Amino acid sequence: MPTKAASDKPGTRLEVRKTYKLYIGGAFPRSESGRSYVVNNAKGKFLANASQASRKDARDAVVAARKAFGGWSGRTAYNRGQVLYRIAEVMEGRHEQFSSEVALSEGLSISKARAVVDASIDRWVWYAGWADKLAQVVGSSNPVAGPYFDFSLPEATGVVAVLAPQDSSLLGLTSVIAPAIVSGNTVVAVSSYERPLPAVTLGEVMATSDVPGGVVNILTGSASEVGPWLASHLDVNAIDLCGIEDPDEARDLEAASAENLKRVRRPAEEDWTESPGLSRLTQYLELKTVWHPIGL
Amino acid sequence: MSRFEYAPAPESRAIVDIKSSYGLFVNGQFVEATDGKPFKTVSPSSEEVLAEISEAGPADVDKAVKAARKAFEKVWGPMSGRDRAKYLFRIARLIQERSRELAVLESLDNGKPIRESRDVDIPLVAAHFFYYAGWADKLEYAGVGEDPQPWGVAGQVIPWNFPMLMLAWKIAPALAAGNTVILKPAETTPLTALAFAEICQQADLPPGVVNIVTGAGRTGQTLVEHPDVDKVAFTGSTEVGRAIAKSVAGSDKAVTLELGGKAANIVFEDAPIDQTIEGIVNGIFFNQGHVCCAGSRLLVQESVYDEVLARLKRRMGTLRVGDPLDKNTDIGAINSAAQLARIRELSQIGEDEGAERWSPECELPAEGYWFPPTVFTGVSQAHRIAREEIFGPVLSVLTFRTPAEAVEKANNTPFGLSAGIWTDKGSRILWMANQLRAGVVWANTFNRFDPTSPFGGYKESGYGREGGRHGLEAYLAH
Repeated sequence: MPTKAASDKPGTRLEVRKTYKLYIGGAFPRSESGRSYVVNNAKGKFLANASQASRKDARDAVVAARKAFGGWSGRTAYNRGQVLYRIAEVMEGRHEQFSSEVALSEGLSISKARAVVDASIDRWVWYAGWADKLAQVVGSSNPVAGPYFDFSLPEATGVVAVLAPQDSSLLGLTSVIAPAIVSGNTVVAVSSYERPLPAVTLGEVMATSDVPGGVVNILTGSASEVGPWLASHLDVNAIDLCGIEDPDEARDLEAASAENLKRVRRPAEEDWTESPGLSRLTQYLELKTVWHPIGL
Repeated sequence: MSRFEYAPAPESRAIVDIKSSYGLFVNGQFVEATDGKPFKTVSPSSEEVLAEISEAGPADVDKAVKAARKAFEKVWGPMSGRDRAKYLFRIARLIQERSRELAVLESLDNGKPIRESRDVDIPLVAAHFFYYAGWADKLEYAGVGEDPQPWGVAGQVIPWNFPMLMLAWKIAPALAAGNTVILKPAETTPLTALAFAEICQQADLPPGVVNIVTGAGRTGQTLVEHPDVDKVAFTGSTEVGRAIAKSVAGSDKAVTLELGGKAANIVFEDAPIDQTIEGIVNGIFFNQGHVCCAGSRLLVQESVYDEVLARLKRRMGTLRVGDPLDKNTDIGAINSAAQLARIRELSQIGEDEGAERWSPECELPAEGYWFPPTVFTGVSQAHRIAREEIFGPVLSVLTFRTPAEAVEKANNTPFGLSAGIWTDKGSRILWMANQLRAGVVWANTFNRFDPTSPFGGYKESGYGREGGRHGLEAYLAH
């Protein structure tokens, strides 16, 4: 006859903790370097050991992102919009988990953290709707002075490296990933160093939201350590430096990015609660102009 | 093949009045340079010295930036869009009025055939000013918000291949958006920019709104690195573009770069053959191949390779190389001795690496810088002539079997400026246009330009667009 274990008493069950890993190419590896680092909450109490991404992890993530680019950018805008909306749906189901992680990471009250999660989910919805409107808003038909049909359409730039904000661990992260992927780019994001837990959970949302593996890759660790390898990587087409707080470091990353003429978004004061506008969206777009003669 | 001989039909150069020396155009006046050494601009078709040009040193550039800043703050910035528009319309009209003179001057200084400067470059220059003039009082409709603002002072550096057209691409949108400019023309082709300075005077454009500083790379570097320049715009080589992108790192400067290319011009077996041959010729021999978007890599479907090559060679045999001022000339002079040396070097490398070189028989003038229209066959993707921008009348021919292979080869380059597609099948045109990673795709045509049509590259061909609403956006803070 089974006996009741002590831990089955109400309120005494031992929690199953999560291993916080990287998210690369649709899988959750630990860092190939075997390194992890201690993540504390806002009050300095131990929360978890997060994987500390290395140069090799960053390169693996770029390979995964490049591999995913053709398929993702080739999908219809309607389909990408649906996938982004699906991310919002799945996040909604994990609302409590995100709220708790944001509260712990950012030192917010649970009600304030819930508002942050609300805003993050709503941001995915906002961007989801842009997928099939972008071309109409930023594209054009060009009335050239001759018998030609001439039009310009936006296309994704390619692989975008994102050094995510250090402060806003979920809303900021969402606000820098969503505008890149909605148009068909694929992303390698380095999360907030001190507040990586919502980023890891966001990776789990990606894995269960019909986002193809490799479209979003999330590395936890130091943007200062991994950033230079992404900035100098010749198969990265654009880079968002918003998580770099030191101006000299930002300058060096921008200079390294010049090697293959990456599109660079410089760090700037950001209020993630404000309406984002189009500038991040259009930052990772190329414009293609097509000409064809008109005639019999 | 018997050759139909043309009588010479030279355009008169009496229409231009070239001064023996030129100062810098700063704050509405021609002024002596204070700290640079003068240099000479020569006619590449005769090596004749056309004029002595001032080199702007750091102190001169600084004066020009100060003049532009003052004009931005006191005059051009506060001016109504309506009045800025009227100045630009005036400039457009003055260019039209002086178009023949400008065309001759351009052909003399650059070496391009008068047929091109007269029928392509200068009409497009006027069209650009006319197009952007109309934007000046409509900026709130440009798609960058309700109250768009100019960056301020723009430092612009342009190349020698389309001297005045590149000036128009840079200055017209900048002024329409409310910026003031300092423009540095290329050291081998400063004359039309200096003529443009006179046009600004004739238009009564307020002093300091447009400043022209002549000089070589060092002057350009001083300009783009000047701390009081808010916006940098450059057209030229990827190498220099990279250096500029590095030099502005960490600053607040906005940058647009229009850099090199190695365009694939892709011919399918069902292509309309006569138009295709003309398109190939126009793609690579227009402007002596001194075109960043030149169709310098010809990709021909294997099944029509022999026919395309035979016809192409026959057509190349009818190209007339010679005096740029002769109205019958198809291919003019190479712009400079340095560029000629580079074309020769890369062509030699093409031979050394095993490609087969062919040019039609053609007599080249004894004086000046000349290179015959040249085609290389048996070129592989690894050959340097298939990878590097030659910027001359040199075509590399590769083959493919399937559309997917054509796409793979076309995109196998760090550049992404332009591409061409020749086929009669509409769905294939659109599929190919989707697949090609290039900023401009010409289908069943090539090398078409228009002020309403955005132009610019993917990847290492640079960023930002010129032309159309998008070209205006590059000069508005956002």
